[in-house]
Amino acid sequence: MTSDPARPRRRLRLSTREALWAYAFLLIPLAFFLGLRLWPALQSFRLSFFTWHVDPEQRVFVGLRYYQQMAAEIAARGDLYKALRNMLRYFLIVVPGQMAIGLFIAVLLNSVTRFRAVFRAVYFAPYVTPAAAVAWVWGWMYSVNFGVLNNLLFSWSELVTRIGLPFLAIDPQPFLTSPQQALPAVAAVVIWQQLGFQVVIFLAGLQGVPREVHEAAAIDGANAWQRFWHVTFPLLNPVIVFSLVISTIATLQLFDQVVNINFTDQGGPLGSTLTIALYMYQQAFQRFQIGYAAAVTVLLFLIIMVVTLVQLRITQRRVEY
Amino acid sequence: MALETAQAAAPVARSARVRRRRFDVGRAVAYVVLAIGSVVMAFPFVWMLLSSFKPLREIFRFDFLPRTWTLANYAEVLLDTQFPRWFLNSLVVAGISTVSVLFFCSLVGYTLTRLRFPGRNAIFLLILSTLMIPTEMLVIPWYVMSTQFGWVNTYWGIAFPGLIPAFGVFLMRQFFATLPRDLFDAGRVDGVSEFGLFWRIGLPLVGPGLAALGIFNFVGNWNAFLWPLIVAKSPSMRTLPVGVAFFSGEAGTAWNLIMASSALAVIPVLVVFFVFQRQIIEGVVLTGVKG
Repeated sequence: MTSDPARPRRRLRLSTREALWAYAFLLIPLAFFLGLRLWPALQSFRLSFFTWHVDPEQRVFVGLRYYQQMAAEIAARGDLYKALRNMLRYFLIVVPGQMAIGLFIAVLLNSVTRFRAVFRAVYFAPYVTPAAAVAWVWGWMYSVNFGVLNNLLFSWSELVTRIGLPFLAIDPQPFLTSPQQALPAVAAVVIWQQLGFQVVIFLAGLQGVPREVHEAAAIDGANAWQRFWHVTFPLLNPVIVFSLVISTIATLQLFDQVVNINFTDQGGPLGSTLTIALYMYQQAFQRFQIGYAAAVTVLLFLIIMVVTLVQLRITQRRVEY
Repeated sequence: MALETAQAAAPVARSARVRRRRFDVGRAVAYVVLAIGSVVMAFPFVWMLLSSFKPLREIFRFDFLPRTWTLANYAEVLLDTQFPRWFLNSLVVAGISTVSVLFFCSLVGYTLTRLRFPGRNAIFLLILSTLMIPTEMLVIPWYVMSTQFGWVNTYWGIAFPGLIPAFGVFLMRQFFATLPRDLFDAGRVDGVSEFGLFWRIGLPLVGPGLAALGIFNFVGNWNAFLWPLIVAKSPSMRTLPVGVAFFSGEAGTAWNLIMASSALAVIPVLVVFFVFQRQIIEGVVLTGVKG
């Protein structure tokens, strides 16, 4: 700490130099985030107020016309209504389903010592595979006449009938061909594929719970369930919030599975598996209703934002106690 | 005295033994449930693989194992379609994006933690905020842009949206934040350039982060479907998932061929996953637990 008169000037020069380097490093990435993320998002917003034309000069401002069209489509219980209704249904099946099963499997994995890595790998494997390809495998397994699932049901029914328990027999199911069963069938595929993600996240969370806390609770006489519910569960809260938000966002954007599992009848019988993403794709890239499709994506954006904020508010309040 | 202690200890020991036995029962149940679950998880892959070796006439017979094993399905898929080309396309696109992701995400992560400059937090928040934008909202403007600039049906066109993912920046930022500041100060004193500090001192120390990010990102790009479906208009520019979708759509009920084509898309990622399992799972854990 000598009073060197040159020092402040040199420090200033150094910090300016550092800042200049920082901006140089960030130049391309910032151009990317502004030009290929933020600007296109604003552009979608803009496109939703104009009729579509390749030449920007020829696009005509129509105000809220496409938003009114969406409202009318919803009121008439058209495809947009179905896509939104399905979004809610997927959310209600997939998110609680995969979180509950994921947590259950993670707790089991956490309690075993041998083969843990092997089990974890098996549960995680579907998550890394291309959804478009595995959806075809499932689509075939669900096939009414040629699918392995109905074949298993058939064999099962034969077996229980032969041993004198015919009331346990289950008829072949229509699966993807039925407006009632198609959506749960697709939801099951989504759960199957994303389960491993939840398992890995929850397992890491469980391993982060200190052993001493558990032992202290055990000494205080808490049984295994009480220890899980009152000790582990609250400590897992941040992981659960993360997992809830991530799986919700993924569920609201379902596309790959829905397109491929019913390729010839995309969106399923009577639009029973249609999602917003697929609806947007059909409007924009098959019917070229660009302005309207852009309005649909704005709606999706708003839904995702509101749902995420609401989830964060509700779940983070619970951390307080 | 000693006897008394032994007697007092006996019930404790017995209860411990009982507890251990009960615990073992619980553990056995856990193993059984996990094993059954594993069978359910693995079954679609096993069924796909076994079916891909069956001739068409065996496809509707539901035997678990093929009676005659054949590679004809694979031969047909590989020789009669542009499958090898789609494979190459996926490799190129995933490769381009992974190189870019590794370089830029770590550079941004480094800059945001190790350099001091006005607007640092604002820039980080800006990058984070783009995570809120769903891909669906971007594909229409991206497509408009791609037609304008002639990016349709090009590798660049397929790859550009994934070149710098915000989550990668976030991940690498976490890694660089753990490095001691002294290290870089020492480097500065020794006259290492600012880029050298990043490239020669910072990067080698975040190897595990790079491995996790690189593999995770490669797999993500390999599997991408929506954008490649939109921008790869000509059959020869399709990526593997898009190629499989169109091929399967045209194959009708030739499920043996569809399973062979699905297997060709699925097996490479499964192999990559089993080889780099640790890094991939670490990537998930890091985004989840530290994020």
